Amino acid sequence: MPTVKINGEEHEVEAGMTVLQACEQAGVEIPRFCYHERLSIAGNCRMCLVEVKPGPPKPQASCALPVQDGQEITTDSPMVHKARKGVMEFLLINHPLDCPICDQGGECDLQDQSMAYGFKGSRYEENKRAVADKYMGPLIKTIMTRCIHCTRCVRFAAEVAGVEEIGLLNRGENAEISSLEKAVDSEMSANVIDLCPVGALTSKPYAFEARPWELRKTESVDVMDAVGSNIRVDARGNEVLRVLPRLNEEVNEEWISDKTRYACDGLARQRLDRPYVRGEDGKLKPADWSTALQVVADKLKATAADGIAAIAGDTADVESLYALKALMQRLGVANIDCRQDGARIEASPRAQYLFNSGIAGIDQADALLIVGSNVRWEAPIVNARIRKRWMTGQLSVGVIGPNVETTFDSDYLGAGPETLTDVAEGKHPFAEILRKAERPMIIVGQGALAREDGAQVLATARAIAETFGMVADGWNGFNVLHTAAARVGAMEIGFLPGEGGRSVPEILDGAKSGAVEVVYLHGADEVDMSALEKAFVIYQGHHGDKGAHAADVVLPGAAYTEKNGTYVNTEGRVQLGRRAVFPPGEAREDWAILRALSERAGATLPFDNLDALRQQMRDAHPGLARLDMVEPGEWGEFGAAGAMKSDLPFASPIENFYMTDPVSRSSQTMAQCTQTFVLDRRKALESGGTGTDG
Amino acid sequence: MSAETFEFEGKFKAEAERNLAKYPHERRQSAILALLFLAQEQRAAKAGAGKGGRWVDETAMRAIADMLGMPYIRVMEVATFFTQINLAPVGDHHIQLCGTTPCMLRGAESLRAAVEKHLGIHEGETTEDGRFTLSEVECLGACCNAPMVQINDDYYEDLTEESLLAIIDKLAKGEKPVPGSQIGRRCSEPEGGPHVLKDGPSPQGPADPKGGPHGNMPAGEPEKLY
Amino acid sequence: MASATWTPLKDEDRIFGNLYGYDSWRLEAARKRGSWDNTKDLILLGREKIVEIVKGSGLRGRGGAGFPTGMKWSFMPKDTGGRPCYLIVNADESEPGTCKDREIMRNDPHTLVEGCLLAGVGIGATAAYIYIRGEYRAEYRVMEAAIQEAYDAGLLGKNACGSGYDFDVIMHHGAGAYICGEETALLESLEGKKGQPRLKPPFPAMAGLWGCPSTVNNVESIAVTPTILRKGSDWFAGFGREKNEGTKLFCISGHVEKPCNIEEAMSIPLKELLERHCGGVRGGWDNLKAVVPGGSSVPLIPRSICDDVLMDFDALKEVKSGLGTAAVIVMDQSTDIVKAIARFAYFYKHESCGQCTPCREGTGWMWRVITRMAEGRAEIEEIDMLLDVSKQVEGHTICALGDAAAWPIQGLIRHFRDEIEDRIKNRTRVQVRGTVAAE
Repeated sequence: MPTVKINGEEHEVEAGMTVLQACEQAGVEIPRFCYHERLSIAGNCRMCLVEVKPGPPKPQASCALPVQDGQEITTDSPMVHKARKGVMEFLLINHPLDCPICDQGGECDLQDQSMAYGFKGSRYEENKRAVADKYMGPLIKTIMTRCIHCTRCVRFAAEVAGVEEIGLLNRGENAEISSLEKAVDSEMSANVIDLCPVGALTSKPYAFEARPWELRKTESVDVMDAVGSNIRVDARGNEVLRVLPRLNEEVNEEWISDKTRYACDGLARQRLDRPYVRGEDGKLKPADWSTALQVVADKLKATAADGIAAIAGDTADVESLYALKALMQRLGVANIDCRQDGARIEASPRAQYLFNSGIAGIDQADALLIVGSNVRWEAPIVNARIRKRWMTGQLSVGVIGPNVETTFDSDYLGAGPETLTDVAEGKHPFAEILRKAERPMIIVGQGALAREDGAQVLATARAIAETFGMVADGWNGFNVLHTAAARVGAMEIGFLPGEGGRSVPEILDGAKSGAVEVVYLHGADEVDMSALEKAFVIYQGHHGDKGAHAADVVLPGAAYTEKNGTYVNTEGRVQLGRRAVFPPGEAREDWAILRALSERAGATLPFDNLDALRQQMRDAHPGLARLDMVEPGEWGEFGAAGAMKSDLPFASPIENFYMTDPVSRSSQTMAQCTQTFVLDRRKALESGGTGTDG
Repeated sequence: MSAETFEFEGKFKAEAERNLAKYPHERRQSAILALLFLAQEQRAAKAGAGKGGRWVDETAMRAIADMLGMPYIRVMEVATFFTQINLAPVGDHHIQLCGTTPCMLRGAESLRAAVEKHLGIHEGETTEDGRFTLSEVECLGACCNAPMVQINDDYYEDLTEESLLAIIDKLAKGEKPVPGSQIGRRCSEPEGGPHVLKDGPSPQGPADPKGGPHGNMPAGEPEKLY
Repeated sequence: MASATWTPLKDEDRIFGNLYGYDSWRLEAARKRGSWDNTKDLILLGREKIVEIVKGSGLRGRGGAGFPTGMKWSFMPKDTGGRPCYLIVNADESEPGTCKDREIMRNDPHTLVEGCLLAGVGIGATAAYIYIRGEYRAEYRVMEAAIQEAYDAGLLGKNACGSGYDFDVIMHHGAGAYICGEETALLESLEGKKGQPRLKPPFPAMAGLWGCPSTVNNVESIAVTPTILRKGSDWFAGFGREKNEGTKLFCISGHVEKPCNIEEAMSIPLKELLERHCGGVRGGWDNLKAVVPGGSSVPLIPRSICDDVLMDFDALKEVKSGLGTAAVIVMDQSTDIVKAIARFAYFYKHESCGQCTPCREGTGWMWRVITRMAEGRAEIEEIDMLLDVSKQVEGHTICALGDAAAWPIQGLIRHFRDEIEDRIKNRTRVQVRGTVAAE
């Protein structure tokens, strides 16, 4: 390991590090604007200049300079200070002094660093440059006069998002960032707002909403997909104003999808803020809690256990699912299921429903077979990880299923089971790539599992994993990609049909035939509600979405930002969501609703507070106590033998990335995105254009 | 989106292919400047007099992006970076007057004023009939023959106000003025002939009908290369 | 001392026998002038020997920086891990005042074509790309025709000159950007990107064109190589002072009676250069005000220094200027020297690529201030501020354009501060600076 002197002190550093990284490791802060750990090195802002010996008698950009044994690095010499002050002055001469009306104010790198390196006043007597603002879509607001040309946004789009749509046009002082007046077509686009070190790219939906110091910040997890991105929920009063990413190298690194970030305005719309009971006239009427709960309790008591069913929704927390399951057990109900989409996965062995390699495991994969998944829409974060690995040139990707635009090069192998069989039997050329790979991986999406022959597909995927050495010591490349944040948690606690119980399709059939009289929807909005017309439907949830419309009784619950709850992501990672605001109106936390209901239904649940519930849940399922950890899934036989329906191609479960759950369906921002990125694009494609023109 | 399409045709197509062949196929992006030049020239040739001259539009640039397998934004980055790529129409005769110090020291400013007056336009503008555009450009690398202008491909050197206006008048009449030095120098030797290298062949001189700096190129040679 | 040892270059020692185009540029004529004479034997000298001879000749890069050419070649890796190596010829001649490479390419192109092959052998390259500025259309055509002649004659391509060595030479043109004369910006442009300089390291010898080992050399550096190999390193090193050896093309423009290009021995006294070849300064030596001795990027020197300074790297460095491209821009007493330098400042502002902060912002700032100064619309204190700003640009940028923009201004203030002050003082103070700047 090289040894370098930093400001006179000796430090051992890793070979291959840059001088900036070495300084950082030694606790010496280096100011920077263009440098970013996750982007290629640009070296253009010149803020990170340091003095290095041996070397030329001028300061060096530490972000781009590799460390070498014996280097003497000085970060606090007069030469360095002069250089940094000079760069800061240059950055400021054409930067507007509009901090009071700038949304970046209070969290602006330029503002912060000008405190350390700025002059007292300006020596620049000329006119400041004005730059026309650019259109970048419904999410990114631009005030381009503030741009300092660090090109982080250009590099993010090209490298991480994989959409080469942002560039630096012109040259010299006329250089301008532009996406050519076209919305940046990426599910990750708004990350450029976080990356922009100044107020050039700010959040359009959040424009002029608040100052950072007014906000209460709550660390939580996202439920817009099954990735479990780590987020920070910023609220003022009882309103969630924005969602930002939190760093988690294992999960989302420091990115979040545009839906994770911007669906939050849906939290204030279409809310169920009081109980409702369907009246004689067939219309839902406001009711008080006592009445509503009593109606439900009476119904449950009056119905035979096999006439009752419960379906778990896609964004429910594990605690409330545990409570619902416990209640149903006490009532003797076996008809419970969490697989709203009818995915043919079972509880055991666990490896059959987990993303076993972990998301970070993609960083090691050298061959990847994607089956029945549009990863870009189902889990943009996972997609970005695949792209990151692909960018190293060490990953080959094959796709069976929907033939969609990817952000990495891939071989499109085929649409459905026939191709899958070919690969499994080693007949397809891609089999050779898998065979030669040291860390082969398969990603099976719900488009391959949520179908009648899902169990057969699952068995074939398992066969592929076993044939091509995807399951080996210290490596399990068999990965199921979920789209529902609640799914794995529900699987972990066995929110599945009990002995003789009905699965979701069977519940729906039963409801149609009259065999199932009462259906309890716990935030379940994705089932075919027309099947429930005859049944008495209880909807516990937070939005007036499909489930509530079908309901006879509505019990208003809490959205993910309004409760403390456990979520288990597609990897099996246990994470805690935390309450940022209170549920609106009379809405209550979901576990508490179920606890109250249980008492009235004569099946009182044995806990009086969330802690007690959690304790019981964790006693029953110890893995759920190990926060931020992944309990590895045991391998074994799973899936079912038999033929797949060869003529039925795998389809992605998502038709519109921007609207996949009640929150995002209520979001105006997501509605705008749908218009811009889905509907307008579709229209352009139909009319023969490329759909990418502004 | 308009239904307009762009394709290289005829000699421009051949030249585009010749340029693409200069680089390994996976590096064909390298040909971008050559293709942009050719697109400009093809446009001027097809459009005819007074119809916008050498410039390149979005349709052509998208076609070039496709040919080179590169994102359109990267083509735009290149096209906006280089001064010789015109993203808007220019005159048939684009007078690019060198204004940098060596030319300035020898009268570029008065040349500019004379042309502006003569054509009734300001620097950066195009005459109403679309025949002439005047641009002040940076050093064109003919400083020993200052002051000078480049009109489309040709350099006109050792200019005076009179000789430059005469050139412009000829162009306006559809004639082809002889490029190169306008005071009888062959290239960049001292005026009146050098004191050195006298043993070589005697000057063929700019009187050569094939003209100026490449007067000793066989007739038609530049065309042959296209 | 050195001036005493300087003697005028004889015609037989001139490498560029057709500098003025009195003879044909064609292969046949070029052969008569000595090009392509037994090139096979020169190739068969082999890589090491070629580098050794060029090192021994003392040839320093003719593109401005003056880095020893042979040493640069020796940086090319022997083991390239299967990657091809490239010779890149910088023919993007755009430094104001400089017009020498143009003459080589249009009048004596075979010196360059042959030089590419021999230098290519010296660095282990399989091909040379010649990046010529986009404006040089005639020169581009002549070069392409000359290269074609060489292919047709078996001098290039497979088994070039019958040596068993395969070598290609390819013309590539730019499209109007001074910055593409910076070697890594040139590589970017050659790769089909906008011409923004790269961070170094890695240097081109390690990762140049398409990530392959590459050497970037100026046209003149390559074009003199065949003659050096033929006549030997001692012959070339016999001209000029130690560490400044060789013959050199000088471009003299501005206020001389007869501006011209001339090949002379290095270390020729400036006065000798102007009087012997250019008919002297317009209006006589005493009418001289200042000279920019090496292209716009180097600081000017006033008349007092011009009297006895030698035209070589070290002599001009001693007087805080530089030989640069040996483009001598002469300014007589009639020159508005502040305006002349302000025009350079505009040039740099116009040509800045915009990538890094000090250059993008600093070149515009300096130009605006010095332009006001040229008109007297400034305060005395702003002279020091301008100097300070130029020092904030200098040494802080990715490439040397920042330095090149700063030096002319520093040179002006160093030698002509009085003139700027006088102009400011003499200006009637009716117009307030701010209101004028706002127009």
